[in-house]
Amino acid sequence: MDITIIAETQDGGLHPVTAQLVGAASSLGASLTVICPGGAGGEEACGISGVGKVLAVTGDCFATFDGGAWAEALDAVAGGDLVIGAAPTSGRDICSRIAARRGVSIIQDVINLSPGLNITHPIYSGKANQDLTVTGNCVLTLRANTFPPAPSGGTAQLSTVQQSGDVRLAVAEAFARASERLDVTDADIIISGGRGMGHPDNFRHLYEVADVIGAAVGASRAAVDTWEEIPHSLQVGQTGKTVNPSLYIAVGISGAIQHLAGMRTSKYIVAINKDPEAPIFKVADYGIVCTWEEAIPVLKEELSKLT
Amino acid sequence: MVTIAVLLKQVPDTTARITVSDGRVDETAISTWVTSPYDEYALEVAIQHKEASGASITAITLGPPRADKVLKDAAALGVENLVRVWDDAWESLDSNQVQAALSTILEGVEADWIYCGKQSADRNQGSTGPGVAERLGMACIVEISDWDVTGAQPSFTRATSSGNERLAPTPPIVLTFTKTETELRRPNVRGIMAAKKANIEVVSADIGDAQVQVVAHNPPAQKPEGRKFEGAESVPEVVGLLRDEAKVI
Repeated sequence: MDITIIAETQDGGLHPVTAQLVGAASSLGASLTVICPGGAGGEEACGISGVGKVLAVTGDCFATFDGGAWAEALDAVAGGDLVIGAAPTSGRDICSRIAARRGVSIIQDVINLSPGLNITHPIYSGKANQDLTVTGNCVLTLRANTFPPAPSGGTAQLSTVQQSGDVRLAVAEAFARASERLDVTDADIIISGGRGMGHPDNFRHLYEVADVIGAAVGASRAAVDTWEEIPHSLQVGQTGKTVNPSLYIAVGISGAIQHLAGMRTSKYIVAINKDPEAPIFKVADYGIVCTWEEAIPVLKEELSKLT
Repeated sequence: MVTIAVLLKQVPDTTARITVSDGRVDETAISTWVTSPYDEYALEVAIQHKEASGASITAITLGPPRADKVLKDAAALGVENLVRVWDDAWESLDSNQVQAALSTILEGVEADWIYCGKQSADRNQGSTGPGVAERLGMACIVEISDWDVTGAQPSFTRATSSGNERLAPTPPIVLTFTKTETELRRPNVRGIMAAKKANIEVVSADIGDAQVQVVAHNPPAQKPEGRKFEGAESVPEVVGLLRDEAKVI
């Protein structure tokens, strides 16, 4: 089986999830080609163990994001019975289109993959998992921080291919993000607040803790829906973002089922809640029954000692 | 005249408990079915676009007879044309089949602007918008968080890694929406009365063979019970555990 992996790039280099895609694909015992959209990260990709070949795809279309143009360019150079990408927004867009171009199916946000092809992915935002088998070729996107990354030490050959696609989206205006804060989907540590925070102004205490440990701040749907000061971009849960960090700290969040759906696969969960019966404690590795007003200052102080 | 299509999916209410029995999610245990939340935002913007442009809207859903409700709810907000795609032989369609069915209907509608949610609240895939766009040879903007559809040139804003981008695209195009702070409109009595009489066109489509087979549904893995501490004085101990045991800080 030939597998093509679409590298995830960031800031002109390779996103760490790319090594995870290679790690997952290696378990299928296949020949692996990594293609780098826009040519970014090609040298780095060659150094990932298990990669057979790296194609840096350069073309005018990669100057801005147009999923249709990117898919056209990448599909033109991608061989492979199986195409694997990462599951963030752009990867889902491109991979959906590559599957449609090929008339094959796409399965997004895969969390388990084994020869066969046997695939598991979450449904109902993680309230259940679905095991699938595929007949013939397909396209997959894999969830980040789920598969162990392939080690470094690869010596693949890098080739550069000129290939563009038909660009139909033009950016009329670009705005820089107002704050430099991390987005929850990019963060390895998240501290989220719920309605138990009492008032939206109190989220500043969460930001203070977040600044100490380089975390992103999230929120429950209850908080987002109650206070217009808390934007939907912070919402973690079934109608917000699904996150998968190493550490998730839930403060004043009761643990409604739609919130748990968005964060239950976090590696470690800490819950701070004054209600000992709050459902959030059922998924917490470390639960602290306490008001946030008492716990947060101590938490900030203790974390400051570590850095 | 401008033609708008909006794709709507019926899903279990997001607060519903999902139970698995005999290797399948038990849909009979789900009491409340709703329009997928992201699709509601797509519908809201489509209606704003209609109001500004005098367009007609066709709402399309793929689903069994119970999915008529999402179309009736859309009709109550002023959507004129209602189409449900279905065949009683269909079950657990794969992405290729879903997109084939929807593309067939959309080709007939000849819509300039196709609105849908960024993903459904049940399958969470996000494949339908861009996949349908590819099949129809259209551009697609995914995860739109802001828009202006009041003028002759509608514009849409999406998030990027460094901020936001506003695009003013040329139709035909597929647009997928995320949840925003926008308040969704509610139907008035006149709308509800009109919706009762609204006609739903039920059609089938050639969707080809399934390439993906469902083996089983499983409940998510249960974590072993964690440890519980009392009071702020336990915070230093928990931080120590995060450092030494969990090794995540």
